[in-house]
Amino acid sequence: MIEARGLTKRYGKTLAVNDLSFTVQPGRVTGFLGPNGAGKSTTMRMMLGLDNPTSGEALIDGKHYRELRHPLRKIGALLDAKWVHPNRSAYAHLRWMAVSNKIPVSRVDEVLDLVGLTAVAKKRAGGFSLGMSQRLGIAGALLGDPEVLLFDEPVNGLDPEGILWIRKFMHRLADEGRTVLVSSHLLSEMSLTAQELVVIGRGRLIAQRSTEDFIHAATENTVKVRSPQASKLRDLLAGTDAALRDDADALIVSGLDAAQIGEMAAANQVVLHELSPQRGSLEEAFMQLTGDSVEYHTELTETVDQLVDVNR
Amino acid sequence: MTLLAVERIKLFSTRSPWWCMGLALTLMVGFAALVSGSADSAGDVSVPVTQFGYSFALAVILVLATLSVTTEYRFNTIRTTFQAVPSRTSALLAKTTVVALVSGVLGTIAAFGSLGVAMLLQPDASLALNSEADWRQVAGTGLVTFFAAVVAVAVGVLIRHTAGAVSVLLAYSLVAEGLVQLIPRVGDDIHQWLPFNVANRFLTGNPDVAVVFEGPGASTSTLSPWAALAYFAGFSIVMLLIALVTAKRRDA
Repeated sequence: MIEARGLTKRYGKTLAVNDLSFTVQPGRVTGFLGPNGAGKSTTMRMMLGLDNPTSGEALIDGKHYRELRHPLRKIGALLDAKWVHPNRSAYAHLRWMAVSNKIPVSRVDEVLDLVGLTAVAKKRAGGFSLGMSQRLGIAGALLGDPEVLLFDEPVNGLDPEGILWIRKFMHRLADEGRTVLVSSHLLSEMSLTAQELVVIGRGRLIAQRSTEDFIHAATENTVKVRSPQASKLRDLLAGTDAALRDDADALIVSGLDAAQIGEMAAANQVVLHELSPQRGSLEEAFMQLTGDSVEYHTELTETVDQLVDVNR
Repeated sequence: MTLLAVERIKLFSTRSPWWCMGLALTLMVGFAALVSGSADSAGDVSVPVTQFGYSFALAVILVLATLSVTTEYRFNTIRTTFQAVPSRTSALLAKTTVVALVSGVLGTIAAFGSLGVAMLLQPDASLALNSEADWRQVAGTGLVTFFAAVVAVAVGVLIRHTAGAVSVLLAYSLVAEGLVQLIPRVGDDIHQWLPFNVANRFLTGNPDVAVVFEGPGASTSTLSPWAALAYFAGFSIVMLLIALVTAKRRDA
């Protein structure tokens, strides 16, 4: 179990992580979600004792990272796949890690086999593709057969096959009863990978709940209706507690499902040209939630307007 | 012991330490061959002359020791190191020990190698190590490179960037200490206490015979040779302590 208690990190005037408290339970994959710059990596570095918190603490099974005797056997982490000396072989890289935590060196071959890098074990890590580096990083995280695993943006830059591989891998690790925390800035990815979500923005906790609840609550289900008798339909719907919104020549109804609207229209002999359920996208929901907390807003719309002005 | 094994694996599993060791040996033994081979007569070749290439070898050893730390920062493996060994002091002490030992052994081999090649090229020269001063000049090299490596590791931890740390170390040890002498009035007094100048005193100081050897390794320190070594060792330990405290407080 991982526990963050009032975790705060300040760099000069910027507050990277602000009084963050949450727990990560074993046996499932927990997604650590937030836009770029929300403080995900900083939080993970503090969990590993690499950065010192300004205040608060992060505990691994009730202990500070620095109190762990053989930390790699307790908690494995992949924060950045490029944290390898480019002229050192994958094997040598894992060997020194194994020796440092009294892990039998035979385990190095095991994890290399597990991630499918046996053939390139003696090659210099600097020549690895991103996907291979990512696999080497995962091999390093699994080296001590730890109960707790941290992965920072593990699917970034991977091809679909690599993404699928990692996703399945995370599930397997959680099914084995381990505690798995995976960060990402993509809700769509997390909806497939994580059963539980910890959502942060600008270093603050926005929500912690199950992925299903989160998506259900965050995405609004609506029905799009087009009818030549729009005004009659509008009057009918106004009698219910449904909310209405105009969208060009269509009505967007929320609070009623397509079947209810269809039956109501039939009972009152209203002709319908379209009746289609609309599902809000995860990205929209995520934007809505974290919209105020995005660290680096793009001035895209304004820039486009300016460009149009110039061209006139 | 575990941590020493870890640092040994790390040091020898990349290529640059091997290149540096080869270069240090080649430079020092090569200069000894050049100087003794081109001497007019065997009488011109003495024990100090065989050690002509010492300052070049020292420079390369400083680079080797600095790289052992700065490449870890450059490629962020220092974070993996601190992840595996959360006690930063233990991890860095182990690294310092391994690098200093390698540098010490390397310095010793280079010094005796230089003496040996001179003996081969000038069989008639009197190169036997007859006095304590002769022994210090040759066998002492390893002690100086040992503590010099400690200084270099400390500077590497403090500066973290290869280019910065290497230029500071080389510019300081090869140039800056000598330039201090140009300061009017107090220059010489300050120079007398600068660490690399004092370290040379240990190697070349000869209080028995009062011979002033001119060339690489000449020193203006007035300490006794062993006091000079203690002073240099003390300096390296102070630097190391500053580095350890800094590394502990800083974010990795």
